Amino acid sequence: MNIPKKWVGRGVALVTGGSAIATVALVLVVIGIIVHGGAGHLSKDFILGSPEKGMTEGGIYPAIMGTFFLVLLMSLAGVPIGTITAIFLNEYVGQQSKIGRAIRFAVNTLAGIPAIVFGLFGLGFFINFVGGGADKMFYGGSLHWAQPNILWASLTMSLLTLPVVIVSVEEAIKTVPRELREGSLALGATRLETIWKVVLPQSMTGILTGAILAISRGAGEVAPILFTGAAYFLPNLPDGLTDQFMELGYHIYIMSTQSVDVEATKPIQFATTLVLLILTFTLNFAAIFLRWHLRRRAFR
Amino acid sequence: MKRRIRIGEFLIEKAIATIAFGSLGAIVLIFLFVFREAVPIFTMDARALSGGHESISSSGSTDSAKATGESESYGDPVGESESYGDPEPVGAAESYGEPETIGAPEAYGEPETVGAAESYGDSTTEAPAKDTSLPASASMLGKPPPPSESAAPDEGASILSQILSGNWQPVGDHPKFGILPLLAGSLKVALIAILIAAPVGIFAALFTSTFAPRWAKEAMKPIIEIMAGFPSVVIGFFALTILASLVQTVFGLDYRLNALVGGIAMSMAVIPLIYTISEDALSAVPKHFTEGSLALGAPLWETNLRVVLPAAIPGIFAGVLLGLGRAIGETMIVLMATGNAALLTPSFVEPVRTVSASIGAEMAEVVFGDPHYVMLFVLGSLLFCISFALNAVAEIFIRQRLMAKFGGAS
Repeated sequence: MNIPKKWVGRGVALVTGGSAIATVALVLVVIGIIVHGGAGHLSKDFILGSPEKGMTEGGIYPAIMGTFFLVLLMSLAGVPIGTITAIFLNEYVGQQSKIGRAIRFAVNTLAGIPAIVFGLFGLGFFINFVGGGADKMFYGGSLHWAQPNILWASLTMSLLTLPVVIVSVEEAIKTVPRELREGSLALGATRLETIWKVVLPQSMTGILTGAILAISRGAGEVAPILFTGAAYFLPNLPDGLTDQFMELGYHIYIMSTQSVDVEATKPIQFATTLVLLILTFTLNFAAIFLRWHLRRRAFR
Repeated sequence: MKRRIRIGEFLIEKAIATIAFGSLGAIVLIFLFVFREAVPIFTMDARALSGGHESISSSGSTDSAKATGESESYGDPVGESESYGDPEPVGAAESYGEPETIGAPEAYGEPETVGAAESYGDSTTEAPAKDTSLPASASMLGKPPPPSESAAPDEGASILSQILSGNWQPVGDHPKFGILPLLAGSLKVALIAILIAAPVGIFAALFTSTFAPRWAKEAMKPIIEIMAGFPSVVIGFFALTILASLVQTVFGLDYRLNALVGGIAMSMAVIPLIYTISEDALSAVPKHFTEGSLALGAPLWETNLRVVLPAAIPGIFAGVLLGLGRAIGETMIVLMATGNAALLTPSFVEPVRTVSASIGAEMAEVVFGDPHYVMLFVLGSLLFCISFALNAVAEIFIRQRLMAKFGGAS
């Protein structure tokens, strides 16, 4: 050994610590740049105004509301299904049972499938198969449901965020003490009553966390809605399930790549990115706080 | 009365089970419906896929005229005479007969027609422009023509050799659906991303789970969660506006948007994933490993590097695999930051077009059911298979780790 071990040790600590610090620095730099670039353009008019003059001026209100409707419909579809799946996995089948493991594997796989493939699925299943079938049956083949719209985009997105909900709810259900369940069962309640009156109320925080994380993910993901419902520019808000919609992330993508004048709309791009970032961070922090709350209960 | 409730409960419990199986069903459905749209690739003959030029070489002009008409229906509304006369002022009849013209359709893929996403990157418009200026052939960028390319036309090309050729020009009168440039693009970006993200993520995880004081570990968690919470479109935007210029200046590159920028940006999306899973694996290493090593007199760094890290290797490897899957499948970052030119070159600093970006950029413009549409679904199926395989392998590694852990503890 030519190099003293002391120095090797310091080198190892330096490299590993440097990686950690670099990661933190990277996050702070990205946030800093986006805040720096966008904060100046943020205003009430920007938030509450519509795009004007070929999207080179004006605000992003339709995009904000489009995102809101998207995640609302997505949660309505995804959160109940995710919650029920989590309950089934924890209350009805054991950790080691074949069924439980198969479903868990499916959920893990679902979490690993690229977002763009969900988009293809939305196009192939919801729009072409379900929408096309509905059009043939109820509208005599005229185009009504077999085209991109906010419903298909939301359903596609709810499938994408399903694993997020399931994992969060499972985490919460596991913190419900076993004694509570046993007490309930001993008093003569059925399994379903125990779940409904004991487990579920105790897991509310987890369900909320799951919903928030799913919304945060859904608000930021653009790939699945590229061809299942997002629109380039719409002056009005969607007023039905068959309407297309504007979305914040899609708006950033469009503005920064296909805008008429990319340089001139830089402030709008940065400000839109900032709004999206604030939205997802607020949601994430809320989820982190709720989870912290939940873990505190688990250790009590 | 009591009986009725029981029946109700029975039904509800069945419903719960059914919905839970929904996630299993969702996977099957995704598999079915993404593949269903891709199936015509097997029934479709090579002529339809290649937009007509196969039939040109093999049969008479009537057949080829039919094929041209076919391609026009889904391609751009470019006139027949215009497109055929474009590369060289040769009569249409002559170009039909010659096998050499098979290379010529290069020139038809005009930069404007390749898709809207192409129009922003300064580099991208430049690259296809190069194609048109040079004499049309597959080797326009100094790369050797792929073997399948030269073999294909004469022997009535099979679909496979079509797909495995080196040209991706889905729009135009003679669309070409060679997926090699796209695969190469995906691999390049994923490789760069992993080469950056794996060391950084693993070292950072090693630091926070072993060396760092408790407060640093607690501080790191929210930072990583923030990083994981960055929407990919935000990372793409950052790469497009800030990182691209920075990388170009630092490395003195010709192209502003390229595989390197895409890879660096992608590593930002992969680091949190690798960090989280590595951190999990490292913290799961039993404490008595560390204590035993320290008791034998090994310094802390040696314990961490030679005892804790090897014990956690399967979990870390699973993390890297999942990171690789994410890097291959991620769409928005590569769509915005890599320049989107389907070039098959060994260079890492030229624009690339990845599999996912092709789907994202082109799907909105294709006509339902035409070869281009089918090809994009083929690409989607490919992505599905890759991510499924990586997931399955990662799962095996994680389970092995768990079993090893439980085995060691008992």
